[in-house]
Amino acid sequence: MKQDKLIALALLMVAFSAVSGLALITVFIFKEGLPIIVKTGPGNFFLSSDWDPSSGNFGIFSMIAGSLAVTLCAMVIGTVFGLGLAIVLGEFCPPGLAAILKPVVELLAGIPSVVYGFVGVVTIVPLIRTYLGGPGLSVLASSIVLGIMVLPTVTSISMDALRAVPRTYWQGSIALGATKWQTTHMVMLKAAKSGIAAAIILGMGRAVGETMAVIMVAGNTLEVPHSILDPVRTLTSNIALEMGYASGQHREALFATGVTLFVIIMILNTIALAMARRGAGEGRTR
Amino acid sequence: MRRVSPRTAQRIVVSIMWLLAAATVGTLVFIIAFILVHGVPHITWEFLTQSPVSMGRKGGIFPMIVGTAMVAGLAVIIAAPIGVATAVYLTEYTRESRITAVIRFGADCLAGIPSIIFGLFGFVFFTITLGMGLSVVSGALTLALMVLPTIVRTSEEAIRAVPYAYREVSYGLGSTRWQMVTRVVLQSALPGICTGIVLSLGRSISETAAVMLTAGSALGLPSSLFDSSRTLALHFYILSREGVSMSNAYATASVLIISILVLNVFAYWLMHKLVRKPR
Amino acid sequence: MTDSAEIRAKVRVRNLTVRFAGKETLRNLSLDIYPNERLAIIGPASSGKTTFLRCLNRLNDLQHTFSHTGEILLDGKDVYDPDVDLARLRRRMGMVYAVPEPLPWTIYENLVFGARLAGIRDKDDLNERVERSLKSAYLWEETKDRLHQPAHNLSGGQQQRLCLARVLALKPEVLLLDEPCSGLDPISTAKIEDALVELTASLSIVLVTNNTKQASRVSDRTAFFLMGELIEVGPTQQIFTTPAHERTDAYITGQFG
Repeated sequence: MKQDKLIALALLMVAFSAVSGLALITVFIFKEGLPIIVKTGPGNFFLSSDWDPSSGNFGIFSMIAGSLAVTLCAMVIGTVFGLGLAIVLGEFCPPGLAAILKPVVELLAGIPSVVYGFVGVVTIVPLIRTYLGGPGLSVLASSIVLGIMVLPTVTSISMDALRAVPRTYWQGSIALGATKWQTTHMVMLKAAKSGIAAAIILGMGRAVGETMAVIMVAGNTLEVPHSILDPVRTLTSNIALEMGYASGQHREALFATGVTLFVIIMILNTIALAMARRGAGEGRTR
Repeated sequence: MRRVSPRTAQRIVVSIMWLLAAATVGTLVFIIAFILVHGVPHITWEFLTQSPVSMGRKGGIFPMIVGTAMVAGLAVIIAAPIGVATAVYLTEYTRESRITAVIRFGADCLAGIPSIIFGLFGFVFFTITLGMGLSVVSGALTLALMVLPTIVRTSEEAIRAVPYAYREVSYGLGSTRWQMVTRVVLQSALPGICTGIVLSLGRSISETAAVMLTAGSALGLPSSLFDSSRTLALHFYILSREGVSMSNAYATASVLIISILVLNVFAYWLMHKLVRKPR
Repeated sequence: MTDSAEIRAKVRVRNLTVRFAGKETLRNLSLDIYPNERLAIIGPASSGKTTFLRCLNRLNDLQHTFSHTGEILLDGKDVYDPDVDLARLRRRMGMVYAVPEPLPWTIYENLVFGARLAGIRDKDDLNERVERSLKSAYLWEETKDRLHQPAHNLSGGQQQRLCLARVLALKPEVLLLDEPCSGLDPISTAKIEDALVELTASLSIVLVTNNTKQASRVSDRTAFFLMGELIEVGPTQQIFTTPAHERTDAYITGQFG
């Protein structure tokens, strides 16, 4: 019995490593990044587009705008495809085909982001340059690449949400004479809406946080984009591009960019977790 | 305008859905085929076994293969026991409480943090504060933290899938909780746990941003865990981005893709082994 | 009751009350189990039979809502005493469940699992236990040539006899059976019943069953449980012919249950 308690205690301590990791990350990112935000003044740091590390100007507004633009456009693509795929897999697909499609989606999640970025550069970017104009490296190119990258997240979590809807709903609706599609969009999607919202928000978190693929296709210029054909720099690419040679205040400013990103992600994750919990609650209480 | 009948609406929507599904499969096939078609012809025995010459313009990728294996392998070796122990604690040693809620919250949040943040953290914590420098260990520790939530979640699912009756049988035959966990539960959950670990290995191999900031980009063969080492994914990024050598870039990407494919197929096989097993 | 009867009892249950999340499942129950006897416990669903059985080897401890008052003495020592070695207690009181649940290993591994847990490593000892327990469970002839095949390949009736043998391999003093034949064919049921009759040469048996005929065939004494209370207990013959309580009679003659 005593031995059992000791084991439980040891396991509890190990189990806290994820939490301690999270705490360490938070502390160190903020410790490195927060001072420069205070020094520059939050107004200047967040709302100015003047990023010139050599002369000590650190304004990240254009990158916030860039991240926002790229993420929102990517989510349009990711949601349409991801949710469509989830519905096909969950409601319309014969089981044999589902057995092929599911590993395909998992594989999409497993492909390295650098490979996505590279394929984007050599295929999508020239297409945009030729047919739509502009430099090709653009919000649009990044959105397409990111849209494909977040698809597995959106699909798998939406599918879980659809699967959590009691099967009796589906049978009841079909028994009332509704078609499969009517059942899907009037009954299933409605019942699973919190879970699907969670899927989209988590996908959004992935898109905001993606780095290497975006660096390769976004163009990385320091301007607020005016059209989807303009090149942009995101928060993530700013860090990855300059971290290699940054020092002193410059490095602190990159950590401050990280702080911004971290806060955005934590907000998105918290919303998604709350949504997912609400979704699970809905399934149980009804 | 006449309203479309529900049947027609269904037919239209279903066709669109199928198109989306086909497009997704098409995209995956295209990406993989595109890399392999351009890259596989450049993979030779020399390419796999030699060191890069003039920044990777010529020569092979042997040091990167070794570096990737060391960083990703070590990451999983560190993360797997911690992740499985966490899952065991959550499933077998406690009931739902505020403590488990905190642990789950931590794992969920960690899972959502972007790799570049892990990179920043690993850089300031492992390489600078703990003085490990840009090295295999720094990279591995950073990646271990990154894949930890995946291992926790997949292990927890696998453990929960073990029939409750096995636990009662084990207790009934006079096992302590620890014997029950190690000899019955973990043994039955092993394929599922391994699937999670294999997928985490794949993710570690794919990762670029976090290792760039923690393991560095030295071209040489790492002679110890405290040497800097460039991984395959980072090597591919540098080759393609700086336009050093497109053929070597494609070949490196092919090696990367093939290892990911092999790991995924292996994970899939393990998972099926789990499903086929009677109950 | 005389003093000598008290000493003779293998297990003495005194004023046992069991609650799950505050709700009473067993109420003030007292019952003795004698050495080398077969005691059947009958009663309708949710009358507390299984709960009682699982109190004896403390399997109810796994439910965190469980609480109890009263005492259960095994050879005079309360099984709920804080210094009781749970693993040893459960080896002394082996249990067979309603659903046969072989662990996903070979027949042999299933049989030696408990002994190995107890720290027995000696190959001859293990083999001896396997053979003896399989013979006692009437399973030896069917399995002696396939000991190293997966236990899941056995039929349902064979699996349940394997579960019985698995417990017997631990040489228990009391054997607890929770409706062991509820899902089995008549032939397997007959084999298990034959095994039980022979086994009482060396141990006591508590058989929970909702098959009154089985109780009358197998047991020396029968106890009738109803809604968490012990209505009556006595020689099987007497319970089935001249029960003291109306409700016992009504249950046995099939008027409810």
